[in-house]
Amino acid sequence: MIPELGHYALVLALALAVVQAFVPMIGAFYRDTTLMRLATSTAIAQFVFVALSFAALTACYVTSDFSVANVVENSHSMMPLVYKFTSVWGNHEGSMLLWVLILALFGAGVAAFGRNLPATLKALVLAVQSWVATSFYLFILLTSNPFLRLPQAPFEGRDLNPILQDPGLAIHPPLLYLGYVGFSIAFSFAIAALIEGRIDAAWARWVRPWTLAAWMALTVGIAMGSYWAYYELGWGGYWFWDPVENASLMPWLAGTALLHSAVVMEKRNALKIWTILLAILTFSLSLIGTFLVRSGVLTSVHAFATDPTRGVFILAILVFFIGGGLTLFAWRAPLLKQGGLFAPISREGALVFNNLFLTTACLTVFVGTLYPLALEAVTGEKISVGAPFFNLTFAPLFVPLLIAMPFGPLLAWKRGDLYGAAQRLFAAFGAALVGIAAVFVAHGAHGVLAPFGIGLAFFVMVGSLVDIAERTGLFPLPLTTVKARALGLPRSAWGTAVAHFGVGVTVLGIVCVTSWASERIVSLKPTQHVSLAGYDLTFDGLAERSGPNFREMVAHFTVRRGGVIIGSMDPAKRTFTARAMSTSEASLMTRRVSQLYLSLGDTGEDGSVAVRLYHKPLVLLIWLGAVVMMLGGALSLSDRRLRVGAPKPAAKSALQPAE
Amino acid sequence: MTRKQRRLVLIGGSVGVLALALALVLFSLSDSIVFFNSPTDIAEKHPTPGTRMRIGGLVKPGSVERGDDMRVRFEVTDGNHDIAVRYRGIVPDLFREGQGVVAEGKFEPDGALAADTVLAKHDERYMPREVVDALKKSGRWQEGEAK
Repeated sequence: MIPELGHYALVLALALAVVQAFVPMIGAFYRDTTLMRLATSTAIAQFVFVALSFAALTACYVTSDFSVANVVENSHSMMPLVYKFTSVWGNHEGSMLLWVLILALFGAGVAAFGRNLPATLKALVLAVQSWVATSFYLFILLTSNPFLRLPQAPFEGRDLNPILQDPGLAIHPPLLYLGYVGFSIAFSFAIAALIEGRIDAAWARWVRPWTLAAWMALTVGIAMGSYWAYYELGWGGYWFWDPVENASLMPWLAGTALLHSAVVMEKRNALKIWTILLAILTFSLSLIGTFLVRSGVLTSVHAFATDPTRGVFILAILVFFIGGGLTLFAWRAPLLKQGGLFAPISREGALVFNNLFLTTACLTVFVGTLYPLALEAVTGEKISVGAPFFNLTFAPLFVPLLIAMPFGPLLAWKRGDLYGAAQRLFAAFGAALVGIAAVFVAHGAHGVLAPFGIGLAFFVMVGSLVDIAERTGLFPLPLTTVKARALGLPRSAWGTAVAHFGVGVTVLGIVCVTSWASERIVSLKPTQHVSLAGYDLTFDGLAERSGPNFREMVAHFTVRRGGVIIGSMDPAKRTFTARAMSTSEASLMTRRVSQLYLSLGDTGEDGSVAVRLYHKPLVLLIWLGAVVMMLGGALSLSDRRLRVGAPKPAAKSALQPAE
Repeated sequence: MTRKQRRLVLIGGSVGVLALALALVLFSLSDSIVFFNSPTDIAEKHPTPGTRMRIGGLVKPGSVERGDDMRVRFEVTDGNHDIAVRYRGIVPDLFREGQGVVAEGKFEPDGALAADTVLAKHDERYMPREVVDALKKSGRWQEGEAK
């Protein structure tokens, strides 16, 4: 009964979506408020029905209803409860259901919070949103129905892929989807603006909070995925330039560019056409990401199962929205008036610089990700494009961006003073020099990359705070005044500083790990020990344990530093009976923001084990930096002036119907 | 500056950055990509020692030898030809005889591949696509054998 209800709710959501895709648009055309207002109710109702459908699937998983094919394929009655919840989206069908759930959530969000949006704009946005929703409901119902029943229910499920039996699955996909799908709002706003043929600064003000929220989720989602891969795959790497990772990085780069260009549009009424194009491209990259991951053209943990009809269906959705969006853009964009002149050296100029480098970097990732697929399709030759390619292309494009980053907020709108900004950054230059000197003192003159990278990271971190320090009058003024001024500063200024600081933190982590990580691979018998980076690990022995749906072989190690015991590490190898599959559970010891990383290899007949031991200095900064970036976004989002429905500009003449 | 001059600066800058990116991409593509081959391809082509390549196939049953110092030697087969692979380090969890494997590394003068990366499938339900294709080419693949 429950699966049928879920299926039925999804069909109802589809019916609502079809209504919402046409009726409000007709209403907007004839300026009929009743028809336009319909979108608000249908958007909320759609969310309710998708949520019901999702709840139904969750119920099937939690109660281990093995008459449902999807549950049989991906669950096991012995699995811990938390994984029964998360395995709802640990498979293709369920994850697509999560995708539309979040899509409906954002649609309902616009419907509920967009009260003072101009009526036609709101109707059009929700209609476009519903076009996207319709295509994905159809995709699920026609090719990936999670509610299919089996004629004969087996007694036991086939278990979830052990790699996915991890708390990471609870956090990573929902956040990533919040980001991916959240950009659909920017897309819908862009298409609505193109249909109306009118756009103004207020438009950017409405789009920015949604884009910012999506960007925050995507930032942490990517970081979480990276950390998960780091500890789960047992290689100690945090980024593999795997096509699936690139699929999430591309919308992030484009979305970051969009956030910045929307600022120019909002404050200076310039870069309108570009911002619209970026909004379309960002969501297009999200769709391409979904296609790459879900269609099975790539082999990875994310491609749960491959089915050619699905790939073709998503490809059709992709072509329709990207092709349609860009065609509409080519047709209607010339109607939009350009405004706001600015000199090349100015805040606008800096943001254009940011956009130029971010989109170019995005382009190189795009080429590196899709070139192998295109080449194989054309010549049949198989190649792999890995880290060396991206290190050579992506990194050189990011360096100028990082150098320019602290300058941006210090330049005035319209016409800035580059020399003045450089003078104000003397503290940042000082910090960079100290960093470089420190590296030379501590490690000698080996290569230039490490000192340069450290200098750059310090420059970005200190440089990001210069604006805040100056505006609060830090150091010349007494602390109480500084505090009062700090509280009086707009939150968006804080947001910029904090997010930029976060970028510096991530860079610092990456540079340290790349330059000074060390590793040892050895085979140890009990009582033998291995040393690395001042730590000494003694292998005490192996023990067998059994978990709810697996058996594991645990190796116990005592960790000493300077002869003193500081803890123990217990890496394990798990064998999951249902799938006859084993995974390595690496053991991590966190020392401030550095980590010791120990993973287990094969065990020998004589009780010896092969182990891989890494020391990763400052590795946690890579992900903490992303969290700091997210906090910066949250600060910016909480700025009163940017909050959804900032009343003043919404009431201006821009809201009256054109003509 | 006039509007026209400003636009020129903007366009010039964009073209410059794009040209730089294009140059980087072309340079890296000529230098840092790795071709994938099946054991049969390699047996036919005789790659020059030092060439970087990725090979895929099945781990030949009975061919895995473990040496001192975490050294592993095994053969990758597509049923028609076998290529020896040498590797030092820990092989993946799902590395087993008779299972699909992808190895990447440089060819040595004796025709063996000195691998620096060994990848195995990460789910018992499917094989690396490259391995499937290699096996299809050699005619050793039965549809539905393992998806």
